[in-house]
Amino acid sequence: MLRFILNRLALVIPTFIGISILSFGFIRLLPGDPVDVLSGEHTMSVQRHDELLHQFGLDRPIWQQYADYLWRALNGDLGISLSNHHPVMQQFLQLFPATIELSVCAMIIAIVLGVTLGMLAAARRDTWIDQLTMGGALVGYSMPIFWWGLLLIIVFAAGLHWFPVQGRMDLAIYFKPVTGFMLIDSLLSGQKGAFQSAVQHLVLPSIVLSTIPLAVIARQTRSAMLEVLNEDYVRTARAKGLREARVTAIHAFRNALIPVVTTIGLQVGTLLAGAVLTETIFSWPGIGKWMIDAIGHRDYTVVQGGLLLIAIVVMVVNLVVDVLYALINPRIRVQ
Amino acid sequence: MVDSASTEAPTETATPDVATSTEIAPIISTRRFAAFREFWGYFSKNLGALIGLVVFGLLILIAIFAPFVAPHDPDNQFRDFLLAPPVWQGGTWQFILGTDPLGRDLLSRLIFGSRFSLLIGLIVVTGALFSGVILGLLAGYFRGWVDVVIMRIMDVILAFPSLLLALVLVAILGPGLVNAMIAIAIVLQPHFARLTRASVMAEKNREYIVSARLAGAGAFRLMLLTILPNCLAPLIVQATLSFSNAILEAAALGFLGMGAQPPTPEWGTMLADARQYILRASWVVTFPGLCILITVLAINLMGDGLRDALDPKLKRS
Repeated sequence: MLRFILNRLALVIPTFIGISILSFGFIRLLPGDPVDVLSGEHTMSVQRHDELLHQFGLDRPIWQQYADYLWRALNGDLGISLSNHHPVMQQFLQLFPATIELSVCAMIIAIVLGVTLGMLAAARRDTWIDQLTMGGALVGYSMPIFWWGLLLIIVFAAGLHWFPVQGRMDLAIYFKPVTGFMLIDSLLSGQKGAFQSAVQHLVLPSIVLSTIPLAVIARQTRSAMLEVLNEDYVRTARAKGLREARVTAIHAFRNALIPVVTTIGLQVGTLLAGAVLTETIFSWPGIGKWMIDAIGHRDYTVVQGGLLLIAIVVMVVNLVVDVLYALINPRIRVQ
Repeated sequence: MVDSASTEAPTETATPDVATSTEIAPIISTRRFAAFREFWGYFSKNLGALIGLVVFGLLILIAIFAPFVAPHDPDNQFRDFLLAPPVWQGGTWQFILGTDPLGRDLLSRLIFGSRFSLLIGLIVVTGALFSGVILGLLAGYFRGWVDVVIMRIMDVILAFPSLLLALVLVAILGPGLVNAMIAIAIVLQPHFARLTRASVMAEKNREYIVSARLAGAGAFRLMLLTILPNCLAPLIVQATLSFSNAILEAAALGFLGMGAQPPTPEWGTMLADARQYILRASWVVTFPGLCILITVLAINLMGDGLRDALDPKLKRS
């Protein structure tokens, strides 16, 4: 197992270097002079230009600039935001919990509903239940989620007033964030109605963000279950006289879980891409909205830093999923 | 692989019924027809896939004949009819689906918008397919450092959430439809490269490849004419899925203001323009999104049918 983990870690290194080169090259690929881009000043004297060139280290050989960038990035220094002059890393750490909270809620909805519906569809294969579930899953999979979010706002926020339109907490409630996770902080604050408000703010964005992963997981669970239900050991379990529910839920499901876990892992990238759209629609103060705003304001150090950090998050999650996968499936370890 | 007659060609030439070279051509063409019939047999059994095909066909017709189908010019502003509601909400038959905040006919804009979506899908998939297949062929055929370099670059592209990478690429290239298409093609092509590489590696050591090599076929001939036709089935399925992905991503970029720019009647851009009116005039938001959903759904239905028909063993996912 240790050997598997080490092997997998060795594969991560070239990807990480590639990611860092791309993020390093980003500022230099932008149209215009990198000095203009980084300083935010547009009309400057030649002297000032040279001064800044030296200050940013842009007059040194490119490999030295890269090594310097990499060293600073590894030490957690990703530069200063051009628009509000806060360190990029600090902003990321401040906003990331909001995205994690939203993503985790979305993932819980997607996994619970997706696996249940997928199993139901497989168990009732070719009945109307199966067709309805899989039809629904295909619609979910094809959904432009930014539009889906707007529709939910029209119906449930503006029309029925069940849920708020945007943000993470009612404006009338204020408390100092401790963990950055609104659900936990609101409980810790002890304020009346705070937790309820946090939940209400989470519902619509979580539904929107969970839509595509839910559809993918439901389809994958169904096909994995169907494959397993034809296996000999399932027939044996039935022949032993076990109840159908037990056969499906225990004998078949445990083996169907393996491809489902992989699918769930693969959804993390989708989730972060979806977070960009969901957070924009619901004005959710997470890293997706932060990146969009940074691109809009031409705050390129934030874009550069955010790009690197998000790619690292995806990479680490994929690594964890691979290790988990090896833990449930011994065949992978041996290979 | 059921789609390609050339798969069986090398072994078929050895069978006695194809003794002379003059008989080979017609046999191959009837085989190709038979392969298509087999494919159609599977495909047409899938009701969803047929519906998808019909809707997609209709969309293509609408896109081609947009100037004849649309009741108005998509950019014409009717100043007396700003945000006119659809006909069933008290609007007039002049503007069946209502008008947008600038008084432009929504139906006409949606009809012209279909041109953009289909064109985006077509161009992006062609670009991604072309570059991905070439990279995949090179990586799978030559292996060694070529393979390592190409596949590591693909890994890096795949490490980023696709929409985010596309957004950043557009930030570099500048917002606009063409740049958005380039960005989406770059983001989608690693899937084609990986798929091609895997198929090439599976096919490379098969007997028919060895025999072609012994017959003196060069690397390019082997890659493009001998190996590639046998890797087509998964590529066709991936192309269909990428087509719908491209449309969705382009619409998302348009929605975020980084894709097609106003007044282009691209569906995502129309949604972005209409966003602030969602409470006053829900139709300006509802219809463009519905068009995106229907188009993507039709293509995905077709994609599912294609996958089941081209390779019944491929898993549904």
